[in-house]
Amino acid sequence: MTAGSWLYTDKVKEHFTNPRNILDDEDKYDSDGRGEVGNITCGDQMLVVIKVKDNKITDCKWKTYGCASAIASTSMMSEMVIGMGLKEAYHIKPEDIVKSLDGLPEHKIHCSVLGDRALRAAIEDYYRRNGLEDEIEVEPARVVCHCKNITDREIEDFVKNGGKTFEELQEKTEIGTVCGGCVDEVKELLHDYHHIYG
Amino acid sequence: MSEEKRIYMDYNATTPIRQEVKEALIESFDLYGNPSSLHTPGRLATEKIVEARINIAKLINAEPDEIIFTAGGSESNNTVLKYVVCSPNKGCSGGCCSKAGRDQIITTVIEHPSIISTMDFIKDQGGTPVMLGVDSKGKIDLKELEESITEKTALISVMMANNEIGTIQDIKEIARIGKKHGVLVHTDAVQAAGKIPIDVKDLGVDYLSLSGHKIYAPKGIGILYARRKAPYCPFIHGGHQEDGRRAGTLNNLGIIGFGRAAELALKEIDMEYRTMQRLRDRLKAGIVKSVPDIKINGHETDVLPNTLNVSFAGAEGESILLYLDMEGIAVSTGSACSSDSLEPSQVLLSIGLGPELAHGSIRFSLGRENTESDIDYVIEKLPPVIAKIRKMSTAYTGGKK
Repeated sequence: MTAGSWLYTDKVKEHFTNPRNILDDEDKYDSDGRGEVGNITCGDQMLVVIKVKDNKITDCKWKTYGCASAIASTSMMSEMVIGMGLKEAYHIKPEDIVKSLDGLPEHKIHCSVLGDRALRAAIEDYYRRNGLEDEIEVEPARVVCHCKNITDREIEDFVKNGGKTFEELQEKTEIGTVCGGCVDEVKELLHDYHHIYG
Repeated sequence: MSEEKRIYMDYNATTPIRQEVKEALIESFDLYGNPSSLHTPGRLATEKIVEARINIAKLINAEPDEIIFTAGGSESNNTVLKYVVCSPNKGCSGGCCSKAGRDQIITTVIEHPSIISTMDFIKDQGGTPVMLGVDSKGKIDLKELEESITEKTALISVMMANNEIGTIQDIKEIARIGKKHGVLVHTDAVQAAGKIPIDVKDLGVDYLSLSGHKIYAPKGIGILYARRKAPYCPFIHGGHQEDGRRAGTLNNLGIIGFGRAAELALKEIDMEYRTMQRLRDRLKAGIVKSVPDIKINGHETDVLPNTLNVSFAGAEGESILLYLDMEGIAVSTGSACSSDSLEPSQVLLSIGLGPELAHGSIRFSLGRENTESDIDYVIEKLPPVIAKIRKMSTAYTGGKK
């Protein structure tokens, strides 16, 4: 990057300038699956709707109250998943989208997960509407604090149940009280989950 | 780059070095002498420093020996606030803390981070700061201020004008209240300088902070005004520069630039005020007319002439900022997305804006380079940007809730 060049990559800039597949009028869109995540309080909200035929996503539209990273990554994602098999789309990762955008600034990565989460929610909504609940996967939990054997899922649940601060979490779970090596990561996860669940 | 359109409307963040200041700097480039030295090179530098000190003192109607050069507004603010918690019985070697036993500071929730974060630090050190809230226009309640004063109160620190919304506080009255209760008064006048007249004698404050780079001087230079008899304790210890009040070899070029900028700011202040106000009002009228569902933030009359803070319902601030940047327009936002935190501007939350309006805020702060045609260009480019963002927004209902 040269001095004065853009904060984001050319691809991010291009998708931000010309976002693809924006949902125009939801009332007129007959979706097969709908997912909404995020929270205005955190400055980010994402809606993704999909149409499905023969286990393939035939259309994907979205809307967001979000920053450039959220706009660009969701625009990119919508292009990526149209024509994609449901299962493959269900497993798309934020990293895949970020990679397609040639990267995002470190502190902006969390903005890109919203599109992915909303898509996941939309696909799950499709599964539910069609009696395919068995297809819904519970993401495997990952141990974050090895000393106390605490997973990211527990941190996520803490936030979902209205938990706020790291201190609160620590008091409840003793996370990071032994070697302390996970504290930074736990704080980052808290930050991300607060972003998603408000 | 040169042929690209570039309209800078972020003068509250910083200003470019103006031509006359550049010339003063170029002229002084070889004044390498240490002003503390007695030889000719030292004295040549000293001459210019003396002149600059006088010009800066005049800008705020102070005496030259009441001006202490610092590295900027943040250092000036830190110096005053930390002096208060420094007390002889804690082993301070300065012996200059006449307010021992009083360790409480009253300030406001809309101060610059160099005040807010310092207050957090002081709190961690066992201090008991009082943070006054503000009303929906950004004004503090003077009655509440007076009622907050106790026998522990050492200092009141209130910013003269807010950087984000431009609201101007009644510093003269605040200083009167402080004096009545034997409490020292500091004001952070970094944003006010060059925009509205400042007279420390009329105001009656004990301390006042200024920064060079907000008035078209270089970055890295500021001053702390300390009234002659006001107690003082150095923040940076070392050599005997500034009569022992601030150690460190003087920043010759920074000071000379600041001095020239202050001289010009004082000379032009009336004209500048009128020009800024006219341009700002034109921008405000243009936005009000061409963009629906907006909220103008701040005070209608007690406001800096160059500052306009607007919230656009349903449109996120970083997106607005970046789309405007693509049109060559530089502004700032209170959105969390422009920072590392998830919290939008505390100032905007403090005046009662909901998170959505705080995230969707844009600050236009005008300055010397702006013209009427710049304003008209912004008024032309802004509405389609807002419309584009709102079209893809989950949070915009188009006025129908």
